[in-house]
Amino acid sequence: MSDSIIDVKNLTKIYGEHKVVKNISFSVARGEVFGFLGPNGAGKSTTIKMLTTLLKPTNGTIKLDGTNVIEEKNEARFSFGIVFQDPSLDDELTAYENMELHGVLYHLPKADRIKRSEELMKLVELWDRKDSLVKTFSGGMKRRLEIARGLLHHPKVLFLDEPTLGLDTQTRNLLWDYVEKLNKTEGMTIFFTTHYLEEAENVADRIAVIDDGKIIANGTVKQLLALTKTKDLESAYLRLTGKQIREEEVDPNEAFRSRVRSRRMR
Amino acid sequence: MEIYYLWLRQIKRYTRSKSRMIGAVGQPILFLLALGYGIGSLYKRAGNGNYIEFLVPGIIIQTILFGAIFWGINIIWDKQFGFLKETLVAPVSRLRILMGSALGGSTTTLAQATMVFFLSMLLGFRPYNWLLVPLALIVAMLFTFAVTCFGAGLASRVNDFQGFQAINQFLIFPLFFLSGALFPIQGFPKALKIIASCNPVSYSVDAMRHLLINQGYFQLWKDLAVLGLMVVVMVWFGVSSFKKIET
Ligand SMILES: Nc1ncnc2c1ncn2[C@@H]1O[C@H](COP(=O)(O)OP(=O)(O)O)[C@@H](O)[C@H]1O
Ligand SMILES: [Mg+2]
Repeated sequence: MSDSIIDVKNLTKIYGEHKVVKNISFSVARGEVFGFLGPNGAGKSTTIKMLTTLLKPTNGTIKLDGTNVIEEKNEARFSFGIVFQDPSLDDELTAYENMELHGVLYHLPKADRIKRSEELMKLVELWDRKDSLVKTFSGGMKRRLEIARGLLHHPKVLFLDEPTLGLDTQTRNLLWDYVEKLNKTEGMTIFFTTHYLEEAENVADRIAVIDDGKIIANGTVKQLLALTKTKDLESAYLRLTGKQIREEEVDPNEAFRSRVRSRRMR
Repeated sequence: MEIYYLWLRQIKRYTRSKSRMIGAVGQPILFLLALGYGIGSLYKRAGNGNYIEFLVPGIIIQTILFGAIFWGINIIWDKQFGFLKETLVAPVSRLRILMGSALGGSTTTLAQATMVFFLSMLLGFRPYNWLLVPLALIVAMLFTFAVTCFGAGLASRVNDFQGFQAINQFLIFPLFFLSGALFPIQGFPKALKIIASCNPVSYSVDAMRHLLINQGYFQLWKDLAVLGLMVVVMVWFGVSSFKKIET
């Protein structure tokens, strides 16, 4: 078995005419905390969706812990946990019911499911709210629950797509504390994206920068600073990706979702 | 096991939303009252017999048709608000995910139809032979499952509620009104008679009428054959559409 747990070669995704991910290759070492940075619309979420069997790549290969993700979807699915960019809890169920359903979907033995649900919900400090409906939770609580849920089936890799988006500083710090703890104690590999560069600077062992579907840099923070002759990750990042704002094409689904969301919040 | 918990999820969601429950039973009962008492005497004077009796099987089909299609909105909701992704990355086949959910949707829809049946008994409805009621229940189950799968298939293919509403208005409403659920097909003009004979919903309405009140327009075996065919086609449509979802 090689010491890289994620191995991506020539990965490409084309939507109609639109090339979103362009022939990228990279690997992530076992136990590494890997940051995947890039402007809006760069292709980060699309890449994560391909790594996690949700999207079929147009081209390329993906290996996850030795399993071919495209051919052996079900095997691959046991080996990772994921927190999506958009919430993916069932609001009408309680926190505990969400955990329970996840355990069942991942064939966890009942005793293990019960024990680990309690442990994880205590870890993210939601045990006392286990019987509340998720729709009564704040954004930070939902995020924490999603992380606990993603960890329930002992994944080897945890994918976090902008896990801290919209959270306050305290919650963000707390969240990274859990994640680092898991990385240290369970040796879990972490693959995350974020727009908060100081977070990435603090927690990532290695960072890849993707822009317009291509990986334009890949290395430790130190290496990126040396490469760009800058003093902090933010300057390095801006040097790499340029300063202009990206024209993101509007995804009609996303536009619709945010419309409904803002209506529901009122 | 997964199927059971996915089923249970639908049941929990349903029982926690009282307004949905009341709406789903209220609408058909309103139809029954308004039409039953509004047209009942006209119907009788025209020598057609008891209109409420005629109407109840149609209203039960109405409850199922709209309940099961409306349930499809759950799938759109899951798609838009993310829960679907949680199930799609899980090591469970899409067939099982769909079956668990669709069986849940069928159960709640069938519960509504049963409630409508008993409420109509309060209004004086009586099945002509209780021994045939279990058979009617089986017909109702098959019809429910077929429409639920159809609703899930539609929901897999459209991405927003507007699209779903449009299909509802331009496909489901006409199917319902041209099924003989509310008025006897015998009285339809020629052209509408032909349309009604091509409408699969007509046959389930007719089967219910055969079994509950011993009246019918087609032959019962034909009704059952069309229903069987409909189940096969709709399950195929639902499964193949659901398998294609990408998020
Ligand atoms: N289903 C889709 N159809 C067409 N284009 C899409 C679809 N999903 C995403 N895109 C486009 O792909 C690009 C990359 O999106 P995404 O991976 O979400 O970027 P990021 O997560 O880096 O912000 C964007 O330009 C987006 O509009
Ligand atoms: Mg993204």
